[in-house]
Amino acid sequence: MPDQLIFAMEVFLNGLMAGVLYALVALGFVLIFKASGIFNYAQGVMALFAALTLVGVMEGQVPFSHLVNAVLGTEIHHFGWHVPALLAIALTMLVMIALAWAVNHFVFRHLVNQEPIILFMATIGLAYFLEGLGDIMWGADIKKLDVGLPQGINTIIDEYTYNLFDYGFFIDNLDIVATLIAAVLVAGLIVFAQYTKQGRAMRAVADDHQAALSVGISLNWIWVMVWSLAGFVALVAGIVWGTKSGVQFSLSLIALKALPVLMLGGFTSIPGAIVGGLIIGVGEKLFEFLIGAPYLGGATENWFAYMLALLFLVFRPQGLFGEKIIERV
Amino acid sequence: MFYREAGDFKTSYAEDNQTFPIKFDRYRYYAVLAVAFLVIPFIVNDYWLNAVLLPFLIYAIAAIGLNILTGYCGQVSLGTGGFMAVGAYACYKLMTAFPDISILIHVVLAGGITAAVGVLFGLPSLRIKGFYLAVATLAAQFFLVWLFNRVPWFYNYSASGQISAPERTVFGVPVTGAETSAWAVYLVCLVFLTASALIARNLTRGMAGRKWMAIRDMDIAAEIIGVDPLRAKLSAFAVSSFFIGVSGALFFAVYLGAVEVGEAFGINKSFLVLFMVIIGGLGSIFGSFAGAAFLVLLPVLLKNLLVGSLGWPTDVAAHLELIIVGALIVVFLVAEPHGLAQLWRVAKEKLRLWPFPH
Repeated sequence: MPDQLIFAMEVFLNGLMAGVLYALVALGFVLIFKASGIFNYAQGVMALFAALTLVGVMEGQVPFSHLVNAVLGTEIHHFGWHVPALLAIALTMLVMIALAWAVNHFVFRHLVNQEPIILFMATIGLAYFLEGLGDIMWGADIKKLDVGLPQGINTIIDEYTYNLFDYGFFIDNLDIVATLIAAVLVAGLIVFAQYTKQGRAMRAVADDHQAALSVGISLNWIWVMVWSLAGFVALVAGIVWGTKSGVQFSLSLIALKALPVLMLGGFTSIPGAIVGGLIIGVGEKLFEFLIGAPYLGGATENWFAYMLALLFLVFRPQGLFGEKIIERV
Repeated sequence: MFYREAGDFKTSYAEDNQTFPIKFDRYRYYAVLAVAFLVIPFIVNDYWLNAVLLPFLIYAIAAIGLNILTGYCGQVSLGTGGFMAVGAYACYKLMTAFPDISILIHVVLAGGITAAVGVLFGLPSLRIKGFYLAVATLAAQFFLVWLFNRVPWFYNYSASGQISAPERTVFGVPVTGAETSAWAVYLVCLVFLTASALIARNLTRGMAGRKWMAIRDMDIAAEIIGVDPLRAKLSAFAVSSFFIGVSGALFFAVYLGAVEVGEAFGINKSFLVLFMVIIGGLGSIFGSFAGAAFLVLLPVLLKNLLVGSLGWPTDVAAHLELIIVGALIVVFLVAEPHGLAQLWRVAKEKLRLWPFPH
């Protein structure tokens, strides 16, 4: 087999793995969009915030220590204990639930019945707020996150492909774990939405707010729940991303890539988020490998996803799996 | 009391249709113009110019541009930074290619080039709308920034990848380069801002503006009453990008002097201008001014207060600024979705009746 093809296959596999990570962030978008019609731009920053909080809790950092030190002139940094990963994840989840409640209580409860674009802009404001809050609570430096996920080259695949092609594929263990996590998460969400009482209520709200309200479903409760779920997805995405490339601001920018993923997959479809993520992940890696790096000077990953989504939308505005957009006058 | 129409009789259509029909408003407008043109140039110094006035003037042009697209025509764009970059690089290429032609013409031409690029990226708006369009404009943002970063022709093969403005003069007075004087730079930007505001105000009052607003309010209904969505949307993209291109050109040539595209025209710039438009008020020219002033002044104030007076570290102040800006946007959307411009309108109504309650 020619080298070029083997390299392309490796790039393809790595693209699939990257796509899974995009899909993880995109999942959170879809959840909130389906249940409340809010296009949550802050999803990426929520992942960042969750990861920051997780690191902070694990390391026993004092929240707002930077600010407190500046105001009072003290020198506090750490409590001096280390929290085990599972407990820290649980604590962070509590923070995300509190955040979900606050977001609903202070912002979106007051914006019911506003135009979607106003809601969207509110989430941009929320993103700024969270970004500043995360930085001021835990400090803006790049942090290492290690909750015990396996990392490094997967030797089994390496050896197997080496025997097959005389060339070992480099696949990170973390990516494989991420794929498994994403699969479990999606399966869990689908089961939750299809078979539990709360899940049904959530789908009812997604279908028609007023009808759901009239049969006794509490919108506020559903919204808090959905934002908490999105917070949970953000936490998972934050853990995976954070382990991969460190907890830093660029995490929220990478999460922007979830937007073209959604446009490809359709805003309302959970499978769409996964398939869209995979297409974008593979597409941008292959494009960079085959065309970007040799002919265009590289770094095409910055825009390829958006351009692909843009071109795609012109031909199919509702995305791959989205509900057909019907406009009534 | 202050805001009386009583005794202000209109005897011709021209008078009835003027931009400021109330006498008090008109004189206030003349007074603001007089102060801006005749007083400030004599008292302006470098600190005020660079910290407050220039960013305000330049962002106000960009905000007017985005307001036409988003506020009047209802097409949300997140590509403002990319379009500003087009203006800046177009201006740079023109300045270096035709050194004998006046910089003023270059800035206007740069606006024209940006308008063409804007129309190109506006084409998808005919098929998609709402969020989908907002995300589609992100393509413009990332693609354009990448393009200016990676294609050496755009930065004349300079080793650093930066572009820096050569010295150019207007009527013999240098306005770009190293040896500029505060008043000249200020006046150039002010002239562009005044012209932009006048053009934008009159466009939005006329047929073009009404078509845009019809599209914004309901595109299907607009189409039925005979508004061509193709022309209306693309003209909004063109006009909006023109102003944004002009502001980008000024931002590079007059304000910064040298820019690196990812730093100066990144995605954050797009959001900044969008926030100016939201906080100022969607669909209001005055709102563009108010929003630009607000978001230019806020960081300066916070920095002076927190770093200057209280002695906090700058990074804490910067994070606090993010929190405050984010919270303000949310508060504005909850309390007053129409922004500062609406507060101003309400104040005017109150002043009109004052001291009577009704």
